[in-house]
Amino acid sequence: MKRRGYGMIVLLLLPALLIILAFYVVPAVLTGTMSLTNMDHRLSWNFVGLDNYKAMLQDTILSRVFWNTLLYVFGTLLCFNVTFGLLLALATSYIAERQAERTSMFFRALWLLPRFTPPIVYGVIWLWILDPTRNGLLNGILNFFGGRPVSWISEYPMPVIILTNGVIGASFGMILFYSAITSISKEYTWAAEVDGAGWLQRIRYVTLPLIRWPLMFVTAYQTLSLLTSYEYILIITGGGPFYRTTVWSLYAYNEAFGGYYASYRFGYATALTLVLVLISMVASIIYWRVFRFREMMSEPKIEVI
Amino acid sequence: MAQLKQEIAHLPRFSPERLRIEARKEQRKARLLTLFIYTFLIVASLPIILGYGWLVLNSFSETLAYGVLPKGWTIKNFRFLWELPSRYYPDLWRTTWNTLLLAVGMTIIMILVATPTAYVISRMKFPGRNMMLAMTLILHSFPGVTLLISLYYVLRSLGLLNSIVGVFLVKAGLMLPLGIWIMKGFFDNISWDVEMSGLVDGATRMQTLYKIILPQVKPGIAAMAIFSFINGWSEYIYVITFIQKKESWTLSSYVNSIIGDFQFIDYGLLSATALFYILPVLLFFIFTQKYLMTVTVGGTKG
Repeated sequence: MKRRGYGMIVLLLLPALLIILAFYVVPAVLTGTMSLTNMDHRLSWNFVGLDNYKAMLQDTILSRVFWNTLLYVFGTLLCFNVTFGLLLALATSYIAERQAERTSMFFRALWLLPRFTPPIVYGVIWLWILDPTRNGLLNGILNFFGGRPVSWISEYPMPVIILTNGVIGASFGMILFYSAITSISKEYTWAAEVDGAGWLQRIRYVTLPLIRWPLMFVTAYQTLSLLTSYEYILIITGGGPFYRTTVWSLYAYNEAFGGYYASYRFGYATALTLVLVLISMVASIIYWRVFRFREMMSEPKIEVI
Repeated sequence: MAQLKQEIAHLPRFSPERLRIEARKEQRKARLLTLFIYTFLIVASLPIILGYGWLVLNSFSETLAYGVLPKGWTIKNFRFLWELPSRYYPDLWRTTWNTLLLAVGMTIIMILVATPTAYVISRMKFPGRNMMLAMTLILHSFPGVTLLISLYYVLRSLGLLNSIVGVFLVKAGLMLPLGIWIMKGFFDNISWDVEMSGLVDGATRMQTLYKIILPQVKPGIAAMAIFSFINGWSEYIYVITFIQKKESWTLSSYVNSIIGDFQFIDYGLLSATALFYILPVLLFFIFTQKYLMTVTVGGTKG
């Protein structure tokens, strides 16, 4: 009887185990091994020890890439994923509470739409908005007022990638904050209202303290997501002009598959990605300490989610 | 404001008239705030509204005046539906078929693999259970870009480069830990008593799974299916990295090429192909956004 039970368990688990083994565990091990070789498009295993990691120290582009990454991650995080996400959540929850649940829903769905749009289509939309000729939206408007066209992408590459990623990133915070805000029990709000607090005061003294944990969670979680996201940068600027928007993960991608300047430096690129994992780990440890997430885990302090 | 204060200064504190004036004042303030909030939302959403609006309008018009106002309706931008944009392009319908294959393949694997696994982890005790749970979490913290290069190696060794099957296996593999966790949550929510009553009535484990448990986790399966479908349909990075052969292109590679070849020559063609690509997602999105809002939380996009 017992053996038959295990047989069924093994049978049910086998497909998942096989897929995870082939497309997750094996690649993870391979990545570690590859970073010790100078593998290129011929895919030969030529072990070179820690040479790739040493090469990183001498890579002059890498320090630039590092600062780009910091600017991109924290710029997007502070402007959009947290701040703008919070503003959207506050605005839509205000509308849902007082006027129209459906309108609020419409705006939330609207902001969620970019997240589900195929990345290349999202890229097409921004390529049009930022088009350097007057066929684009911004330059079309400038032209209407008699201005000269600006080539946005090559003149302001960093703000462009922060904006384009931020419009997608804001929805994550929006959804989490919205559900946190709407589940704050009404007594708090009423109490504040009776005490004569206006809307802004209510946000400052009631809402924000009560959604402290979601705020910190979004900050930490989205830092890690942003560190490894490069898809939209690849589509919109490709990392250029001249590395000005190349972030760490994109640098690794381009070293391996970029094609146009580096060709298939698999060994070096895997070493780069492993250092990125290390950076993510350090970031999560710092957040864990600074935000005291242990407290969040131990006691149910969040009454809101 | 100051004027209003003066106006009511002479009235006794709780006189009806004074209260009425104060209430009106409050109301006006609230209305102003509402107006402000709507303005903020609308102005902030303009890039999204205009962007997606352009995608539709530009696809059906000859040109746009000042980049925004459509002039002259036409369907010539959609000529790619019956003729090739240039002779270097593969057949559109074959490309669409490939995209569909990727989306459906991924959805089927996710449902067939994640559901039973989540059931076993949620319901049964077996050696290594905790290790497996921990592993799914640890693996999830390994970002896609780290595995991309070794996955290229794996696919090449398996002879799956340039094939849709390879891409959806890889994508399903990367999404599986997340899917298992989500489905486990749904299984955890079904009380033991329901299953127990089935077992007491003489059904086998498998029968209870099929007849009692599965119908109850249908919403979870539906959410995961929709999510996987859209995810697979939209895939960009894995497709352009693992697929070069034109016969295996998906719409991502197709639109990607159109950008390279036609961006400055033929915006109409570009927006029409992009619209064609996004259409199924848009329909799905409109009808199922409630489901999607619950699963987004697990997404990893910046």
